[in-house]
Amino acid sequence: MTVTFRIWRQEGTNDPGKLTDYEVEGLTDDMSFLEALDHLNETLVIKNEKVIAYEYDCREGICGQCGVFINGRAHGPHANMTTCQLHMRSFNDGDTIVVEPWRADSFPVVKDLVVDRSALDRIIEQGGYISAKTGTAPEANAVPIGKEIADKAMDAAACIGCGACVATCKNSSAALFTAAKINHLNSLPQGKPEQHQRVLAMTEQMQEEGFGHCTFTGACEVECPEGISITNIAEMNNRVIRASIFG
Amino acid sequence: MTRLNAKVPEGRLEDKWRNYQAKSSLINPANKKKLKIIVVGSGLAGAGAAATLAELGYEIQCFCYQDSARRAHSVAAQGGVNAAKNYQHDGDSVWRMFYDTLKGGDFRSREANVYRLAELSAPLIDHFTQQGVPFAREYGGVLVNRSFGGVQVQRTFYARGQTGQQLLLAAYAQLYKMIRAKKVEMLTRHEMLDLVVINGQAKGIIARDLTSGELKRFAADAVVLATGGYSRVFRLSTLAIGCNGSAIWKAHKQGAYFASPSFTQIHPTALPQSSEAQSKLTLMSESLRNDGRIWVPQNKEDTRKANDIPEEERDYYLERRYPSFGNLAPRDIASRAAKERIDAGHGVGRLKNAVYLDFKHAIRQFGLDTIRDRYGNLFTMYKKITGIDAYQEPMQISPAAHFSMGGLWVDYELMTTIPGLYAIGECNFSDHGANRLGANSLLQASVDGYFILPNTINNYLAGALKEEQETTEHPEFARVEQEVQENIDRLLAVNGTKTVDHFHRELGKIMWQECAMSRNEAGLQCAIEQITQIRTNFWSDVKVTGHDKEMNTELEKALRLADFIELGLLMCTDALNREESCGAHFREEFQTPDGEAIRVDDVYSYVSAWEYGAENFKHHEEALKFEFIEPTVRSYK
Repeated sequence: MTVTFRIWRQEGTNDPGKLTDYEVEGLTDDMSFLEALDHLNETLVIKNEKVIAYEYDCREGICGQCGVFINGRAHGPHANMTTCQLHMRSFNDGDTIVVEPWRADSFPVVKDLVVDRSALDRIIEQGGYISAKTGTAPEANAVPIGKEIADKAMDAAACIGCGACVATCKNSSAALFTAAKINHLNSLPQGKPEQHQRVLAMTEQMQEEGFGHCTFTGACEVECPEGISITNIAEMNNRVIRASIFG
Repeated sequence: MTRLNAKVPEGRLEDKWRNYQAKSSLINPANKKKLKIIVVGSGLAGAGAAATLAELGYEIQCFCYQDSARRAHSVAAQGGVNAAKNYQHDGDSVWRMFYDTLKGGDFRSREANVYRLAELSAPLIDHFTQQGVPFAREYGGVLVNRSFGGVQVQRTFYARGQTGQQLLLAAYAQLYKMIRAKKVEMLTRHEMLDLVVINGQAKGIIARDLTSGELKRFAADAVVLATGGYSRVFRLSTLAIGCNGSAIWKAHKQGAYFASPSFTQIHPTALPQSSEAQSKLTLMSESLRNDGRIWVPQNKEDTRKANDIPEEERDYYLERRYPSFGNLAPRDIASRAAKERIDAGHGVGRLKNAVYLDFKHAIRQFGLDTIRDRYGNLFTMYKKITGIDAYQEPMQISPAAHFSMGGLWVDYELMTTIPGLYAIGECNFSDHGANRLGANSLLQASVDGYFILPNTINNYLAGALKEEQETTEHPEFARVEQEVQENIDRLLAVNGTKTVDHFHRELGKIMWQECAMSRNEAGLQCAIEQITQIRTNFWSDVKVTGHDKEMNTELEKALRLADFIELGLLMCTDALNREESCGAHFREEFQTPDGEAIRVDDVYSYVSAWEYGAENFKHHEEALKFEFIEPTVRSYK
């Protein structure tokens, strides 16, 4: 099949960017979207042009790196999927496919489709962990955790940190990401001692990084590759209130 | 032959680690903050080591090529992590786990290291639980276990199908805790391009800032490599696209010996390659083989759809050849059996390179709901990638290059042959021998990083305290940086006609054909000639556009491929040297009439350790002594 990729090109963070069209031939249905971009890059090299910078690594939907906007949707036309799991069979011969980087003030463009998501790491840095020194752990079964609690913690912990929730949110809010981590740790007995401090520090950092507020439009939940529920945000808000009173 | 000193401590197997710890040097906490350690890699091994060393008081710089430490490829491991807890009272013990691991590796690993791996597995689960890893639980709150290939007890702990992700996120969180404490400086989007050795000791690295392209010098009192596996040498593998062997290869060229490079695990249950353009192979969890039955059509020319082929015309070849283990035969055996059927013309799928993994019988026996419960996420993933509903028709699976058991040679302290240079996790050779058992890779990476290295590195650094610290002003830093720059300049100046991927595909095909599931003398010799030719062609005809002082992903790939080509040569050389069949290394000349491996213990009971030479590699050996067990023939019939 042949498609036209309309791709955002931008040399660096402070340079202007623009959309450029590339007609790509010789694609097949079973190629992944990223393989189609690989193919385009090979043709650019042969034409003596610079390759398009984009991010990818595991190509199994788990590393969280390959986020781009495709035809106006995070990770392309399907719900709950990463870009690496998207295949060309989702498009038609002759399509024009618009590919843009994540758009959010807190995610500055590094080059072309690559953005800087280190703001998410800095939220983790403020308390997205349990302060446990190596060698201090009690026997694992000494602290029983009921299956429901462990499952609920796992539902939240499944977040891959791709940033689709931020990119698709009209407010560029990082509430789903932050809530997922807070609820994972705060719901486990090991995470309880630091729960109030954690929720306040992480939500404060979220604001400091310039992410917007959540207005419960629910777009994040639709695009989240792990299907993390928006109820996590409500729970986080509840935790913030409790932490401000009891913390 | 040079005898390598593995520094195995004295005493009974059970006492060795304790004896080592009792006698190794310690450093006063007040002095630790004066010492700097570089950790390259931020996966389970690297993040665990960096966080723990920082807790101990050292100043740490940690490097990764991704945008965040959370992307390291440990994130992709699905199945679980082993630990000898004997929670199920099914007769598990440290000894049994040690024996299973040693046998699984076909008796080509070091007894003392393997025993320590099993010994430290139980506290590792405690440690991860304390960090908040949401391991699977019973309703009453205790931890659940399941079993994995090659063992008869339930010792695998798991967090759904995302165990690697959860362990990595825990280690990453500990790392960021120490970044906040300002004991770790994290350098993301930085790639190590060379090692700096001064007076025979590792003293720093040259790294490229992948955003600006700038080369930077970093000095330290010790360097720890935790850079993962190198199976991308095959191009198509289950590894992340960025996984590479460059850091360890550069360390090898600076003097670190490379051990058992040709031992690569081929995983039997990946999705088949569907076209030339394919960039990687996706792994399906091995757990599928618990209920799925593997078969190919008996008739070579069969063009019917799978469901139209009647039972009597199907060849369930694993059940036929290995009646007692059947579809659960270990990875090396299941992979080789699939290749044998595919090569004999029975392969299925568009490129005739796959075999069927059929759930029809299991669905009939247990019901659709049960199968959906057990493997639902895997069936969903399969559908996302192939568009096929595997509840309705069999999956197509194919063997794929996976874990590299080889890596930098390390002694019991995990130190390479360059003093002050350590290698931990998948990038060292240590614990898996010629074949790795399922759920042991997360384990090894974690205990290396959290428990072992932080206990052994002091022994070296205690001496470093007395010496003057080197700075990046030392002329050796300038010399190595200049070499790195010249290498980049030379690459950009070629301006040929073919892409980096073109050469990678060529290399991958040869490596897959001649140095993967089965090898023979003629094939390996031919591969060495062909790869030598690829090296020549690469350096005279590759084309890399853009320049080096910018983000240039094509240049990054080219630099890694240049190293993969050289590594491929060493892998073939190693496979040629070992005239026996063991684990993942199957030399066709050494098999029984019915196709089983013949191990030659009298001659090859050693670890190959290769010294780099510009013209050829020099072979050294570490003899493997089995003081506590008797190597036996692996049989899964």
